[in-house]
Amino acid sequence: MAAVGPSRRDFVALLLGAPVAAAIGCGSKQARIPPGQIIETGARRGHAVLRDGPPPTPTRWRDVEVAIVGGGIAGLTAAWELRRKGIIDVVIYELDDVPGGTARGSASPVTGYPWGAHYIVAPQHDQPDLIALLDELGAIESMRPDGTPVIDEALRCRELEERVFYRGRWYEGLYLEAGASVEDRRQRDLFNAEILRWSTFRDPAGRRAFSLPVSQASDLPELTALDKISFASWLDSKGFTSERLRWLCDYSCRDDYALDAAGTSAWAGLFYFASRRGAGASYQSVVTWPDGNGTLVRHFAKEVPIEPGVVVTRVDPDGTLVAVGPQGAFGVRAKHVVLAVPGFVADHLVPDRPKTVADYGAWAVANLHLRARPVERLGAPPAWDSVIRNSKSLGYVSATHQRGREHGPTVWTWFYPFTGPGDVARREVVDASYEDWAEVVLRDLELPHPQIRELVDKIEIAFWGHGMIRPRPGALFDPARLARLQPRGRIHFAHTDLSGIALFEEAFDHGLRAAREIVAARQATPA
Amino acid sequence: MADDKPAGRGIPASALYINVFVVATCGLVYELLAGTLGSYLLGDSVTQFSLVIGLYLSAMGVGAWISRRIDTNLAAKFLEIELAVAVIGGLSAPALFMAFGTVQHFQFVLLGFVFVIGTLVGLEIPLIMRLLEGQATFKDIISRVLTFDYIGALAAAVLFPLVFVPQLGIVRTSLLMGALNGAVALWGTWLLAPQLGKARIGLRIRAVLVIAGMVVALGFADRLTTFAEEQMYADPVVYSESSPYQRLLVTRGRSGFNLFLNGNLQFASADEYRYHEALVHPAMIAAETPPRRVLILGGGDGLALREVLAHPSVEAVTLVDLDPAMTQLGKTFPPLAELSRNSLEDKRVTIVNDDAMVWVDENRELWDAIIIDFPDPNTYGLAKLYTRLFYARVNARLSPGGAIGLQATSPLFARRAYWCIVETMRAGGLFVRPYQVTVPSFGVWGFALARKLPFEPPTRAPDVALRFINDAALAGMFEMAADMTALPVEVNHLDNQVLVRYYEREWKRWQQ
Ligand SMILES: Cc1cc2nc3c(=O)[nH]c(=O)nc-3n(C[C@H](O)[C@H](O)[C@H](O)COP(=O)(O)OP(=O)(O)OC[C@H]3O[C@@H](n4cnc5c(N)ncnc54)[C@H](O)[C@@H]3O)c2cc1C
Repeated sequence: MAAVGPSRRDFVALLLGAPVAAAIGCGSKQARIPPGQIIETGARRGHAVLRDGPPPTPTRWRDVEVAIVGGGIAGLTAAWELRRKGIIDVVIYELDDVPGGTARGSASPVTGYPWGAHYIVAPQHDQPDLIALLDELGAIESMRPDGTPVIDEALRCRELEERVFYRGRWYEGLYLEAGASVEDRRQRDLFNAEILRWSTFRDPAGRRAFSLPVSQASDLPELTALDKISFASWLDSKGFTSERLRWLCDYSCRDDYALDAAGTSAWAGLFYFASRRGAGASYQSVVTWPDGNGTLVRHFAKEVPIEPGVVVTRVDPDGTLVAVGPQGAFGVRAKHVVLAVPGFVADHLVPDRPKTVADYGAWAVANLHLRARPVERLGAPPAWDSVIRNSKSLGYVSATHQRGREHGPTVWTWFYPFTGPGDVARREVVDASYEDWAEVVLRDLELPHPQIRELVDKIEIAFWGHGMIRPRPGALFDPARLARLQPRGRIHFAHTDLSGIALFEEAFDHGLRAAREIVAARQATPA
Repeated sequence: MADDKPAGRGIPASALYINVFVVATCGLVYELLAGTLGSYLLGDSVTQFSLVIGLYLSAMGVGAWISRRIDTNLAAKFLEIELAVAVIGGLSAPALFMAFGTVQHFQFVLLGFVFVIGTLVGLEIPLIMRLLEGQATFKDIISRVLTFDYIGALAAAVLFPLVFVPQLGIVRTSLLMGALNGAVALWGTWLLAPQLGKARIGLRIRAVLVIAGMVVALGFADRLTTFAEEQMYADPVVYSESSPYQRLLVTRGRSGFNLFLNGNLQFASADEYRYHEALVHPAMIAAETPPRRVLILGGGDGLALREVLAHPSVEAVTLVDLDPAMTQLGKTFPPLAELSRNSLEDKRVTIVNDDAMVWVDENRELWDAIIIDFPDPNTYGLAKLYTRLFYARVNARLSPGGAIGLQATSPLFARRAYWCIVETMRAGGLFVRPYQVTVPSFGVWGFALARKLPFEPPTRAPDVALRFINDAALAGMFEMAADMTALPVEVNHLDNQVLVRYYEREWKRWQQ
């Protein structure tokens, strides 16, 4: 095994900071790197065909009523909704070999595990479509009188949900209670009261201040003004200076947006906290599966014909579509098209449309296949989500937590958001080898689990260069964003990017909307 | 040759008397260790101590008698015997502890050790006297050797209960004495150097090895039983093991054995019959028809199983316990196997080592009776086995006329926790009859009897030989005194785990 060279140390320093990298130098520990690889998520094929390839000239043509471009949550939802409305002549063209986009999952003999999105927030009474979807999955135990579903207990994230590693010990929850001063607690309580106020707020039209999906939220000027400033300035203006509280806010932004609080719109920062609260006090349950939202992907994918490995290169408002598949170039004449690809791809496929603000956060996700659990240190017991407080990573999620297996083999999913500019991140990691990445992951996890290296059988790594669109100040209530929602001829747009925030509920919302636009268009022009 | 020289010439006599003192102290300590171990492990201290003392003294006689057969190489033989005492005596306590968990006729092993050590020590005193021969008058030698011998015995008798056992524990005391014996032997190779000639080199190496061996074993003693543990439990620890799942520990007290998992008492052999009869039989008789297929969740000690197997209707039992170390202990640890009447070896029984939460979800069979015996819900990992989801899954595995019996912590010490369990079972779709019994080592203990449809608690004791349950006991069990009646509680779910919080809050008040 090659020794850790200077470049690998630099890579560790780049991602985790100099102190962690410095530790590589000292100590003669022979650092074993378990076998593994970087997995493909479609970027290479996309670049090869869309960016670097010649424009294809189709020789074969086919007709379909609805062509859906992109097999992520948005595209899959559109197909699902169309089917519910009786429209079944539908094909999904998906660039990658598997559907799901950033919500895909995989499975090992031990457990399923996610590659990106790993939970949704339990729906409230005003989300009937999501309730219907979960009902199909058998995920609803019963309904409350107010129409709120009771989600299957086996899917409601089990205690302990989160723990945080700080100075050699695990603590329950994300907010570090231990050692909090009177002032820390005062600010935390004030902050919670503020969130509670927003979660129960209703505008004259009865809309929430921060709702999931964003399209249902109030557009009162006092609220949209929050999008003009950063979350950090908002916290400053309210006198929220407590380090513990600020850490929590920063963490939440990194977790959901791949941004720090200074880079996040205050509207989005508050949305993170306030949209997850139900009709009142308590937070909505987190709903999770071993392979994360991959379970939803698999459910959707059961019913629709999906053609994987197909890169769509051009979409015209008249419904024609040019694509390159495993058998070469072909064309599609569709009555309706759902374009469910990320904004920067949509801009490329449909030239003259209002441009997407191209701020994407990059993500690295690693799945570690463990043959056994490490011996636990003092403090909080293993949790679903284990966060390392002083790390730039987000820590890891245990795929077997929900099932209830506390012992034996498991898979951990490690998340790393690049909070800096996306293009910089993409350049920085372009040359990183599997070993470089594995070293980063292991060094990070060795902090709470010094013996982890020996327990890992395999590591798989994914780099999402355009992982998620980011709600920087001003992006959400940009008039151009709303303009992008408008259909162009026979093209209907659906993707989480259209919300300016990357969440399952957003992709789902746009998929539904696009499908309903098509249903409406069909009714207007009888076939 | 060494024996050509007059025995006593050139030997520093006073140093040899110190030798006598140490030999006597160590010898008596080994004897006391054996007596203590015997009474710890087998009970009946009067019998154990008289047997050990009697055998030890007579073995010393045997040693003294054999000593006349030793004519040559007196000094070397003396040191060899001393090293043998160091090894056998030093390792006696750890060896006996281990033997207790593995061999059937422990009493004989114990007495065997006593006899061998006694014989060796018995050999030493006459040899020392002969080594001193010529140094002083016979009457002086006799009086000094015996004086030091008896003072050594006094030192042992005083130090053993006051210092050794409380400060070091049994295993460490034994190893320390072994090391001391070894050290004295090492010293002896210098004292007796003229008599030893070349033999002294080999003896020195052996002595050093013995001392080193004892020191290493002292390190392992910490693994065998941690010092803290010995201090923590009122009774001596006779078995302990850390499995990947939990710490298993058995203590032996005046009244019998106690099993602890992660420091929590699971049963005391003296009164476990009350607990296990109460846990099992109500469910066995509440079932519509005599149960043929029974499921036990937890209960890897095999004691609930013993009660289940007492019912002639039972054809098949599956026992699901997370920890293979627990079911293995139940099978092979003689006192436990005996207590459970080897129930884990019964051919009707299938043992599964898996997490019950996952197993009940994957299992597709129906069971006429389900007995649930998990440790108290003091961690999230355990409390998941007390959730609505878990009971709903168990309910789905219960045959239409079947019944569930389960332990539910104390309704007196942890009243809310108890009623939380009952309410959670109800939320899982079961009809529940709460009941309680008194188990002296636990106090008032709570259970729950459940079925799929409303039912009356049973009134007639089963037709099996029982020590606790009769018609009267059965009638009393289902009555709750005023300080144990229901309180308003929340249902325990996987994602709220209120039970852990109730449990911790309530038990804390009783544990000062
Ligand atoms: C690391 C990470 C973690 C996340 N965690 C969560 C979470 O826990 N909860 C949550 O709600 N959300 C989470 N998200 C966000 C969530 O994954 C997304 O919001 C949601 O899945 C987006 O779905 P989508 O269909 O809009 O887009 P995508 O998933 O981007 O789907 C677009 C699809 O289009 C395909 N495509 C692109 N170009 C072409 C082309 N030219 N031709 C054909 N096909 C093409 C792509 O391959 C892809 O499959 C996470 C995101 C990331 C990156």
